[in-house]
Amino acid sequence: MEARPILHVSQVGINFGGLKAVDGFNLKLYPGGLIGLIGPNGAGKTTVFNLLTGVYTPTEGDIVFNGERINGLAPYKVTRKGISRTFQNVRLFNEQSVLDNVKVAYHSLASHSIFSSIFRLRSHFIGEKEMEAKALAFLRIFQLDKVKDEKAKNLPYGGQRRLEIARALAAGPKLLLLDEPAAGMNPQETKDLMELISFIREQFNLTILLIEHDMKLVMGICERISVLDHGLLIAEGTPNEVQNHPKVIEAYLGEEVVSSHA
Amino acid sequence: MLKKVSTFWLAIVLAFVFYGVVQLLILNGFLNPFYTNTLIFICINIILAVSLHLVIGITGQFSIGHAGFLALGAYISAIMTMKLDMPFSFALFAGGIVAALAGLVVGIPSLRLRGDYLAIATLGFAEIIRIIFLNIDYVGGAAGMQVTHATTWTTSFLCLILTIVVIVNFTNSRHGRACISIRENEIAADAMGINTTYYKVAAFVIGSFFAGIAGGLYAHNFYIIQPANFGFLKSFDILILVVLGGLGSLSGAVISAILLTVVSTFLQELPETRMIIYSLVLVLVMLYRPQGLMGTREITDYFGNWKWKRVKGGNQYGG
Repeated sequence: MEARPILHVSQVGINFGGLKAVDGFNLKLYPGGLIGLIGPNGAGKTTVFNLLTGVYTPTEGDIVFNGERINGLAPYKVTRKGISRTFQNVRLFNEQSVLDNVKVAYHSLASHSIFSSIFRLRSHFIGEKEMEAKALAFLRIFQLDKVKDEKAKNLPYGGQRRLEIARALAAGPKLLLLDEPAAGMNPQETKDLMELISFIREQFNLTILLIEHDMKLVMGICERISVLDHGLLIAEGTPNEVQNHPKVIEAYLGEEVVSSHA
Repeated sequence: MLKKVSTFWLAIVLAFVFYGVVQLLILNGFLNPFYTNTLIFICINIILAVSLHLVIGITGQFSIGHAGFLALGAYISAIMTMKLDMPFSFALFAGGIVAALAGLVVGIPSLRLRGDYLAIATLGFAEIIRIIFLNIDYVGGAAGMQVTHATTWTTSFLCLILTIVVIVNFTNSRHGRACISIRENEIAADAMGINTTYYKVAAFVIGSFFAGIAGGLYAHNFYIIQPANFGFLKSFDILILVVLGGLGSLSGAVISAILLTVVSTFLQELPETRMIIYSLVLVLVMLYRPQGLMGTREITDYFGNWKWKRVKGGNQYGG
């Protein structure tokens, strides 16, 4: 634990009018970690993601990524700093081809200007060729290269989920946020996804934070887990510690069950 | 890559062959001034449709103030030639630049708005431009401004080719893909590191520039320009071209601009029923092709399939 945390969230909160969606949230992620964020419906998990990626600006607290304070930065700037994400309900560029979806994520890593593209200067062709090659390499990793010309909306659900992860990775993140990657998947697809997550983590040297309802997936691959309920962090620890934490059981199963066990 | 480059040059060569043939016919007197004028009008409408296509069809920003940029280009270029004695080509360029600057000034605040709000803001902008010209005596106020006839088949066709090449090249690059991604899902585009405001404004400025060019051609084709020519109905005329062609399809915008210009020109002989027939054409197309004439496809999609028999990946999703 000598390493500096890649992401340090301290006392972050946000109010929507009178509603405290998230309050006093703390999180430390160390490079290479795989952390789960769980909690019942409406606990504020996705709000935490939106805070981390700049969709919302926290009303209190600090988010420090790689030694830099990033709260209040526009989402596209946060992405360029190295945080990229997937969405709970898949948000692909439906009418664009699978290949173009990944190319869009490469956008900010290329540098040819609008002028060079309009007048088809040399830098345009060099830049576009490089983008094409890199995007294809990514699709190959995710076994999507065979359908590169297909429109994203025509992929089966599992393929769309994989494409969304491929696209998020193409943006070149150091930290990847996955919002319910296994939602709507059957057990076999979930198992493949678990392997995929472990694989990309090694391959791309990533730190991963994931929201998930599928406990098998969370308990199976996460090293540490944070539990949110009603916008408050109620537990943090290894999967084992969290599973047996009284507050977690209370949050998921209700109070009486806990007291009858006690 | 090679295929794409050669298709591009093939299209350019074909375009100039077409230009040459028409020019010959005009010189030989086969095409009387009425037909020549219709051809010029078609070019102007295609430029307008394609420039709005970049804003609405590609970037997905519902702007209905295109007549405002048309008016700016028309008046600025007319001032250049009539009051300041500048050459026509310079006047056209100046009209485009001023329209582009106006696009920048209007775009930066208003492109933060979405959907209907953006539509209202752009519509308001176009009306402001029209009313400003209406109240400036220097440009003739409501009576309008006399302009020499300077637009020829050659200038309008060159401007048309320039517009299409620039917009096609923009679209088929990382910048165009960024704009399309904004249309498809703005939140995801933002999350992928696309500066959405920048690209919305960029598309808006490029679109405004070419609307300004079209304005210059328009002004120097009709001997007189009046603020009444640039009301919100003109904006809707341009919008109809884009929607009818199919949102997101450049070839659709071109085809519908040709079709509707020809229809409305030949309906001038039937003044009583003109608007009824014109509206019927629109209603019928929307009934049978609600996605527009071309949907989101391009003419080259069909062409490509036919010529190279592109082998499709099929439905074998690996893994």
